[in-house]
Amino acid sequence: MASEAHETLGMSRLVKFLKAPWHFMLRLRRDPNARFWFLISLATAGYVLFIVAMLVATAVHSTPGDLLSALQSREIQHSIYLSLLTCSLTALLSLLTAVPIGYLLARRKFFGKALVESILDIPIVLPPMVIGLCLLILFQTRMGGFVDSVIPFTYTVFGVVLAQFVIGVAFAIRTMRGTFDQLSQRPEDVAMTLGCSRGGALWRVTLPAAGKGMVAAASVAWARSLGEFGPVLVFAGATRMKTEVLPTTVWLELSVGNLEGAIGVSLLMVFFAMIVLVAMRMAGERW
Amino acid sequence: MIKLENVSWKVDQFALAGVNCSIPEGKYAVLMGATGCGKTTVLEIICGLRQPDGGTVLVADVDVTRMLPGERQIGYVPQDGALFPTMTVAEQIGFGLQVRREGKERIVEVVSRLAEDLGVAHLLERTIHGLSGGERQRVALGRALAIEPRVLLLDEPISALDEDMRDDMMALLKRVQVKHAITVLHVTHSSQEAEQLADCVLRMEDGSIINRELQG
Repeated sequence: MASEAHETLGMSRLVKFLKAPWHFMLRLRRDPNARFWFLISLATAGYVLFIVAMLVATAVHSTPGDLLSALQSREIQHSIYLSLLTCSLTALLSLLTAVPIGYLLARRKFFGKALVESILDIPIVLPPMVIGLCLLILFQTRMGGFVDSVIPFTYTVFGVVLAQFVIGVAFAIRTMRGTFDQLSQRPEDVAMTLGCSRGGALWRVTLPAAGKGMVAAASVAWARSLGEFGPVLVFAGATRMKTEVLPTTVWLELSVGNLEGAIGVSLLMVFFAMIVLVAMRMAGERW
Repeated sequence: MIKLENVSWKVDQFALAGVNCSIPEGKYAVLMGATGCGKTTVLEIICGLRQPDGGTVLVADVDVTRMLPGERQIGYVPQDGALFPTMTVAEQIGFGLQVRREGKERIVEVVSRLAEDLGVAHLLERTIHGLSGGERQRVALGRALAIEPRVLLLDEPISALDEDMRDDMMALLKRVQVKHAITVLHVTHSSQEAEQLADCVLRMEDGSIINRELQG
């Protein structure tokens, strides 16, 4: 008896499952609201599939052996190390710069603010290669030359960080400004009536509440830096074992016709980017 | 006592011109006026968050016009409480004492006494998420009272509360004022609050405080 009832239930489920597309089509015909969301979901699904297809195609094009042999090359190992080091330094420097600038933009009105905001956005809209060229020329000037004689930037690891920083920080500033815009100034005001200075109120009240934003700003700077190629190439060069970072490696491997090596390094970058994305998400959730 | 002498302030189209008023020591004053007429600005000038263009602000006979907000010994409760987003209720109430580097034991003692008084003792370890409007106002009040202020400035402390919470809150405010023997300036647009609470009513119109009625 029980098994019969069970079977009938199973059948009715199957029938329901088979009929589902039909019901769905009917609903689409009748309900304009459903049609609207269906079309929007279709567009989203198409784009998501496109990204996944790119990654999967790249992944299946190479074998684990290719990836392994890429990892065993000393030059590539050095480039991995240098990429992780410079990206982390850039993310830290970007955050330290973006917090005060973002705070100023969110809290104060001042003469020429629109101009300052436009200038801060220049690194975002300028072609990256041009930024590298501008950096190179800046360090050819008398003042730039002096700075270069104290801390050598051109064609050094410092240059890699500076080239990454110029672009990473612009994104970090945008993120921090948005974060401070969302946080009311009122709690800071109260903290001041309770004895804090403006800086003290920022430190004790607003910064702890801006944790999520700071994580986001640092991660966006890190991720941008990982992929930065043009300015690094122009300003810091592509010397193996010296200023070669992962995007440079991909380019160098491609230019000598080693497609497998280039794919191996690319997959590695995808992997790092994913790890950072997930780690930052998790850190952000905890705030 | 709170006294404003010829206080003026202007930004863009909005101006306060020659604001004069005086609230006697230990009285409960209610400042009324239409929305956007500058009531909050007056509170911010008194507690030092805005610098007036001209005039003098006196608190307990001391000219505080050029003092920093933290030196004025004023308790400020802005609209909606403006609680600190990441702190527990206990940390909020003890914040002013912690900034003043008071000892741990004293902070704990003051926090628990105030929390008991204001009916938020059971919330001390909670963060502010999920607190009701009335609880938020009580915590904000405790935070302001912890530094033993000479005057208390309240910006619409009741208007955001549910109907049935309002009477409780009004009774609490009056009780706190009497117990701490403190001068209170309470901003509102509700004449019911004024009737129930005020020793004196101030009215704000056209950028100045034009009329003052003393009751009782």
